Amino acid sequence: METLVFIGQNLDVILERTLQHLSIVGVAIGLAILTGVPIGILITLNQRAADIVLYIASIIVTIPSIALFGLMIPVLSLIGQGVGYLPAVIAVLLYSQLPIIRNTYTAISNVDPALREAARGLGMTPMQRLRRVEIPLAIPVVMAGVRIAVVMNIGITAIAAYIGAGGLGVYISRGISQSDPRQLITGALMVSLLAIVSDYALLALQKRLTPASSSGAGAGH
Amino acid sequence: MIKLEKLSKVFETPGGGSVIAADQVSMEVPEGEICVLLGPSGCGKTTTLKMINGLIPKTSGSIWVAGRDTDTVDPVELRRSIGYVIQQIGLFPNMTIEDNICVVPDLLGWDRKKARRRAGELLELVNLDPAIFLKRYPKELSGGQQQRVGVIRALAADPPVLLMDEPFGAIDPINRGVIQDEFLKMQKELRKTIAFVSHDIDEAIKMGDRIAIFKDGHLVQYDSPDDLLARPRNDFIASFLGSDRTLKRLSLLKVSDVMLGDQVRVTAQDDVARARDMMQEAGHRNIVMVGPRGRARGFLHLNDIRDVTGRVEEHFQALPTTVNVDDDLRTAVSRMFRHDTTWLACVDDDGFFKGFVTQRAISHALGATYRDAAQPAEAFAEAL
Ligand SMILES: Nc1ncnc2c1ncn2[C@@H]1O[C@H](COP(=O)(O)OP(=O)(O)OP(=O)(O)O)[C@@H](O)[C@H]1O
Ligand SMILES: [Mg+2]
Repeated sequence: METLVFIGQNLDVILERTLQHLSIVGVAIGLAILTGVPIGILITLNQRAADIVLYIASIIVTIPSIALFGLMIPVLSLIGQGVGYLPAVIAVLLYSQLPIIRNTYTAISNVDPALREAARGLGMTPMQRLRRVEIPLAIPVVMAGVRIAVVMNIGITAIAAYIGAGGLGVYISRGISQSDPRQLITGALMVSLLAIVSDYALLALQKRLTPASSSGAGAGH
Repeated sequence: MIKLEKLSKVFETPGGGSVIAADQVSMEVPEGEICVLLGPSGCGKTTTLKMINGLIPKTSGSIWVAGRDTDTVDPVELRRSIGYVIQQIGLFPNMTIEDNICVVPDLLGWDRKKARRRAGELLELVNLDPAIFLKRYPKELSGGQQQRVGVIRALAADPPVLLMDEPFGAIDPINRGVIQDEFLKMQKELRKTIAFVSHDIDEAIKMGDRIAIFKDGHLVQYDSPDDLLARPRNDFIASFLGSDRTLKRLSLLKVSDVMLGDQVRVTAQDDVARARDMMQEAGHRNIVMVGPRGRARGFLHLNDIRDVTGRVEEHFQALPTTVNVDDDLRTAVSRMFRHDTTWLACVDDDGFFKGFVTQRAISHALGATYRDAAQPAEAFAEAL
């Protein structure tokens, strides 16, 4: 009850922090797509490169976020950005690489060889094949990777409050340090809510981007 | 035209060995003909086919397509100028049927509207209603329908040359027959130069103007279906064609190929004596009676009219069955057996009497080698 009152009194601040939170995740995921998808496509050309890239990406995910932030402070301090928005975005960007690269790689390398042969045989260049056939077919799987990255990083961004990145994590860290359950619960609640809503929104987007043929099969059940 | 000259392909295997998938293959498919590449699994049919459009790089030899040495043509441009149909069909699931058909025209930068209009026309050509199918996705089509779309996609940019790798292999036998017939009908008008891979001897006989039989990468015999069945070059070819290869020739020959003359005939008003004279003169034991305009109406048997008088109309019997001049001999023979007769009257589409076939003439045609083919067919009318 107290928490509800708290929420009611602080709606505008909550909204501001939610937007802050979203901006960190959104910008970082956007950049992660711009980097991860091309990397995922490129490594389909070379098995060894694929193994190495996927290995590095998996290692990054195993680094605890607090440790990653700690590691970035001295490096980014050199350009005066040791704490705050930039390290948060970079962390999310790094953590997102694995699901996005891996899903892109899997999706592209799993395109039916018969389709690839048909595309080649009809006279598509490798780029045309990618753009007209392989990428459109890979989109649902890539989007699934993006969803995983978004949900995972909404949680991680909450921790970025400790390095002054703002966002909903501020409520959680203050709730703990000030022993204030109202802030703690508000923060936790909002983070979860954000994750669930984003997940559903992206799922809807994923369905829209899936060719009618494949979604048609799903709708039958 | 497709011309292969000493075309070879050697695959290096990971173990350090090598497989000769095509060994000095030389052959030419003349303009407008279908050549079927036939042979047991692994004999190099697909490899040979894919070297033509450069999907598999050749090891040595040369290839001409529509008069151009393929070495002098950019591979992407070459492939756009050659229609290609694969067994797995390979329709793009992310595109509508319309867009699938228009892939090559789009790649060639054709006017979009013109290409879409052509897609509709092509669908009609294979009996699929454009209003229903243009906007559908491949998954919403049956296997046979998809295969038809796969074929017209290869035809969309009107290439002079078509490569087909077991194009009807994934379809059930009944549908396959229908699609084969449709395709042959289309080919009659389009007159494409086609290399067609098959492992089905009956399909090869039906579809091929010529058949090339491969074994272990070698082209063993390259001949018309009839020559191949009549004169297999060696035991491998003979056993590959099957012990019933003589019977297979039945479906290659038409009734009109072995039909004997239509001049020996009578009308209902003729005197039976005249019929008797005609039969004796021709050495026949049967004679066909035609109507006023020449339609086959019945027949007389010599034994039945030896001692009678009157008009033909008083003594004739109905014909148990007839056969169309355009039917194949398989049909003719099967009718003969069904009606227990040794001859059939042949008619055209409108029922006009054109001649007759006899069992002797058919077995002669099947046994014919080129030396004795000159023997007059009339000598085999005696069974009549
Ligand atoms: N990429 C490859 N690497 C190594 N060997 C190959 C390769 N492709 C084909 N071969 C070999 O070349 C030979 C001819 O193969 P090909 O696919 O042309 O046969 P095919 O006549 O089409 O047979 P099928 O009727 O089974 O399709 C086979 O022995 C096959 O194992
Ligand atoms: Mg093959």
